[in-house]
Amino acid sequence: MFWNEQLETMSRDEMTALQGARLRDAVTRAYGHVAPYRAKMKAAGLEPGDIRGLEDLPRLPFTLKTDLRDSYPYGMFATPLSEVVRIHASSGTTGKQTVVGYTKKDVDIWSECMARSLTMCGVTREDVMHVSYGYGLFTGGLGGHYGGETVGCATIPVSTGNTKRQLQIMADFGSTVLLCTPSYAMLLGDAVRAAGLQDKLKLRLGFFGAEPWTEGMRAEIEARLGLKAYDIYGLSEISGPGVANECPCKTGLHVQEDHFLTEVVDPATGQPLPDGQRGELVFTCVTKEAMPLIRYNTRDITSLKHEKCACGRTLVRMDKPTGRTDDMLIIRGVNVFPSQIEAVLLGFGEAAPYYLIVVDRKDNLDTLEIQVEMAETAFSDEVRAIEELERRIRREVESTLGIAAKITLVQPKSIERSEGKAKRVIDKRTLG
Amino acid sequence: MAIHQISVFVENKAGTLSEITGVLAGAGIEIRALSIADTTDFGILRLIVNEPDKALDRLRAAGLTVSRTEVIAVCLEDHTGALHGVLETLNQAGIAVEYAYAFITRKSDAAYVILRVEDNECASVALRKAGVGLLSAEDVYSL
Repeated sequence: MFWNEQLETMSRDEMTALQGARLRDAVTRAYGHVAPYRAKMKAAGLEPGDIRGLEDLPRLPFTLKTDLRDSYPYGMFATPLSEVVRIHASSGTTGKQTVVGYTKKDVDIWSECMARSLTMCGVTREDVMHVSYGYGLFTGGLGGHYGGETVGCATIPVSTGNTKRQLQIMADFGSTVLLCTPSYAMLLGDAVRAAGLQDKLKLRLGFFGAEPWTEGMRAEIEARLGLKAYDIYGLSEISGPGVANECPCKTGLHVQEDHFLTEVVDPATGQPLPDGQRGELVFTCVTKEAMPLIRYNTRDITSLKHEKCACGRTLVRMDKPTGRTDDMLIIRGVNVFPSQIEAVLLGFGEAAPYYLIVVDRKDNLDTLEIQVEMAETAFSDEVRAIEELERRIRREVESTLGIAAKITLVQPKSIERSEGKAKRVIDKRTLG
Repeated sequence: MAIHQISVFVENKAGTLSEITGVLAGAGIEIRALSIADTTDFGILRLIVNEPDKALDRLRAAGLTVSRTEVIAVCLEDHTGALHGVLETLNQAGIAVEYAYAFITRKSDAAYVILRVEDNECASVALRKAGVGLLSAEDVYSL
């Protein structure tokens, strides 16, 4: 099934022409209204007129997450705030959030991309869509929601948490489509089994994203929830969920490339790589009005396939991302940079000079533990004073990251020191 | 007058306590009394030793987190209600006790109690006035 058959199946030549025209327009707008782009292009000796079509895309400089941080909050916006109707934000590499804005048209395009993703797997207006992504600054909840409404589903903004209530709504409201993180889908599956609700549910399709997952998890989720599970990809800088989605062929995620030009580049040289070769995923948002992004390097590692898919789509497919080239962690769907945690701990002064981040997955839910060495200057011989220190660190970390962490105070020198860069992260999660 | 208690941060993992006692044994330091406060996540080992300065140096050199706290020590006759008399005296004087631990020696029939209070000076005055026997630092270290 297609939401926009013409665009989803157009020939490569037509797509290249459309992308080229849109790229010229986006570069002109970015150069004209966004100072950091103008500066970068000038430094590269480029003017908007030099970009004549898609073939000139590799000449443009990359945009990095740090560029967004440096222009916090609105420095990358190409339209006045009066044109902006929505603002989302995601974790930045330090304390500051990465802010993204959307005009009315941007929200409409995002909703359409989401609608195309849902329709690709068979969602129709007859469906009852249960959105268990978080509603808030995170794009998952509202992004999924608008897609559901665009298709015409009865869309339920359940948001995250309260598993018992989730099950009750699923059973009583007759949810047929589920949107959440794959790890939460696993947890819901367990809860369904424990409650003996398998026969009461009408779930048939699930769209799971915002964290990496495997074929093994897919099989588990499908068995536990009695639905067909599809991978959905998105990131707030680009728009949100619906940037790419698996079709029923499950041979990669179709990128809505008429809006998001897609490249995979060599992490070492920055040169575009041919199909099948793995490298860093780079997007250029050519239709975004509020915040056009030129060659944004996601740091996700994947490869591309341009040949036509058995489903009939000509839209380029990306493999499931297999990792990242930076130190960003995805914990319970939330982006976490070790540098954010370090900034919090530094705020406690000498109390916390050394730390170790331990990420694990227990009962299908990511856990975050931060081991902090107990420094003498912060040490008290009173239990409650130390517990209070632990509590303050925990609160501060939680308010910065948006997810809870267990703080464990450890003896000095117990965290391994190595030559050069200290090992700050142990990720024990094994997928599959 | 004040007695120096050594407190050591104890991570909740096997072998940490023996690491600490190993340091003290290696330095020839004698432990007079000890108490452990523990939570699910960590513990605090409180020690009265014969050479607190040396103990502090050695433990610190071994990479442990240590601190020094001033406490008072009272000597109690071994009869019913003796501890109650001490605590009631402090209570009457409005002095709160953070924690306390007791020990005995083979050298005398008396019992000893280490007290951590908010204000050592006030507590000492009140106890002395009530006729409670207070120990000096030297008394305790050489018990």
